[in-house]
Amino acid sequence: MSPLLQGVLTILIGVGGCVGYFYASNLILDKVIFPPTKTDPGRNINRANIVRPWLFLFPALFALGLYLVYPVIGSFWRSLYNRAGDEFIGFGNYTTMFGDAGFQTALFNNFLWVLVVPAASTFFGLLVAQLTDRLSWGNIAKSLIFMPMAISFVGASLIWKFVYANNADIGLINAIRDLFGASEPLDVLQLRFWNNFFLMFILVWIQTGFAMVILSAALRGIPEETVEAAIIDGANPFQIFFKIKVPQIMGTIVVVWTTITILVLKVFDIVYTMTGGNFGTEILPSYMMSYMFRDDGRATAVAFVIMIIVLPVMIWNIRQARAEMR
Amino acid sequence: MANLKLTDVGKAYGGTVEVLKDINLDITTGELIVFVGPSGCGKSTLLRMVAGLEKITAGTLEIDGEVMNNVPPAQRGIAMVFQSYALYPHMTVRDNMAFALKIAKKTKEEIDAAVENAARILQLTEYLDRLPKALSGGQRQRVAIGRSIVRDPKVYLFDEPLSNLDAALRVATRIEIAQLKESMPESTMIYVTHDQVEAMTLASRIVVLANKGIAQVGSPLELYERPENEFVAQFIGSPAMNLLAGEIVATGEVTQVTLPEGAGSISANIPTTDADKGRKVNVGIRPEDMVLASGPDYAYRGTVEISEALGEVTQLYFKKSKPEHEPVIAKLPGIHTNVRGNEMHMTAAPEKVHLFADGKSLLYR
Repeated sequence: MSPLLQGVLTILIGVGGCVGYFYASNLILDKVIFPPTKTDPGRNINRANIVRPWLFLFPALFALGLYLVYPVIGSFWRSLYNRAGDEFIGFGNYTTMFGDAGFQTALFNNFLWVLVVPAASTFFGLLVAQLTDRLSWGNIAKSLIFMPMAISFVGASLIWKFVYANNADIGLINAIRDLFGASEPLDVLQLRFWNNFFLMFILVWIQTGFAMVILSAALRGIPEETVEAAIIDGANPFQIFFKIKVPQIMGTIVVVWTTITILVLKVFDIVYTMTGGNFGTEILPSYMMSYMFRDDGRATAVAFVIMIIVLPVMIWNIRQARAEMR
Repeated sequence: MANLKLTDVGKAYGGTVEVLKDINLDITTGELIVFVGPSGCGKSTLLRMVAGLEKITAGTLEIDGEVMNNVPPAQRGIAMVFQSYALYPHMTVRDNMAFALKIAKKTKEEIDAAVENAARILQLTEYLDRLPKALSGGQRQRVAIGRSIVRDPKVYLFDEPLSNLDAALRVATRIEIAQLKESMPESTMIYVTHDQVEAMTLASRIVVLANKGIAQVGSPLELYERPENEFVAQFIGSPAMNLLAGEIVATGEVTQVTLPEGAGSISANIPTTDADKGRKVNVGIRPEDMVLASGPDYAYRGTVEISEALGEVTQLYFKKSKPEHEPVIAKLPGIHTNVRGNEMHMTAAPEKVHLFADGKSLLYR
């Protein structure tokens, strides 16, 4: 069978299966389990209505349980076993990991990423959103800035590999250095400590578009009259921006900030593609990947640490998003 | 505190779409000027041009003799109250009122004194530390007014400030604004509304805007008793003035007009000359000036189609002679029952009759 046909068949079976499940289960509930019989139809209808939501929620709950809840518990359980997975060692993986210099570097770098990337992305996004708001060609500028969002992290990394290339004929940075009279090209990805920031910049480049789109919509939502009132009150453009506009979209800024923070805590592709975690650029997800399939006990332990770090940000993010919706 | 002078002021968008032109208006200190007009007539635009939120594309605006066309809003000495209140949602009532003063780098003592004073005048003292969202519509509008008061402006601008309030609150707030004006007799105010009750009750002078320009300027009763043109005649007063086509048959101190439509005639206390004889005019009679004709002379004869009994008055809508005409309306004091379907003969006292030729009143010639 050709792959195309297989694909179409899969879609048909999947969609048909879903529709079939909801239709058939609903029918069985109404006609077989709680039929509105002659003796007491009202009671059976009420019972059916109590069961119905659970019936319809079941596939989603089942899938979430199988692919989210079970793996969390399974990973935690696995992280308590040794490398081969045949000996229970308690928190052994965690104690050796915290003592490992590689892990400490990764944790520190991750801390830097979380500090820099969401802040820079949100700041640049807000800046672009405000600056392009009234321009006739603002939408073109926004489209261009949004475009990196459509590129995969690996693709973006490859593009930036050219920018950072250790060659004045290819790399933009070395070309500029060459212009100012530097004799030898420099591999910026091998500059200890600073190379982290060159990697972060790639993610900022990607995420600025995301921040810009959301914040631009939020800025548009500010009542124009509050801005006009501020103009009459004598506020200058900076005061209007920082004292009238930004406070009114603070909720949205927090949501954007935390959403990017969560993303940063999961990104490993950029580090993996650019440096492979060498030259002191390791972060937690790439550190985890380097142990995966070699030492699953250690890898799952790292995964668990990442989850613990993400969790509070996630809760805050959801709370803010809910508050925004109200 | 301030005189305002508009000379040949005009507004055009993109140089081609003209919304206002040749506005000439002198406003003296202490006046409360109301701009009224149908929606889209540019009354809010004119106010925003005075405020500096819209550019003046023709003519000059002077405040106290100083040309203000290119002066930023904050330095014009104006304060504005918006229809939607435009309170800063993230600031308390106190901060909302203090914002302009903080921007102007006033000392803390000055700011506190001004805010406390405004809050006392508007009875907002106990709400000073609340956010706008915790206030009712009327309270929010008072905060917006307070934000103007603290700046001690030369000119107050109100852009339909009562439109977002419910009917009862609107009346109460209207009276509050009138009292506020009375307590500050030297302040100049410009007030935009589409509600003629607000215009009639608040204004020292009303400016009726229509067709990109000023249709008439005058005190409320002047506009009611002596409208310059058919537009003002029909715009001021509710229900609108009846206009009946007629022809001048006798001239002099009192003019005699026949009304071919209703086959009657009426005299008006408006002087005319011999040259006017035979001229086609519109006879204007306000519904409340219509009375039942007792003698053989009547101005209008019609069949009552609808009768609305409001208790204090009864409004009669007469059957239209042609479908495109507006129905003639009479507002009779007291209760009149069982008039529906009756044919009635109506007339009006000569001093209550208006005459318009080509849309202009014959009074102003």
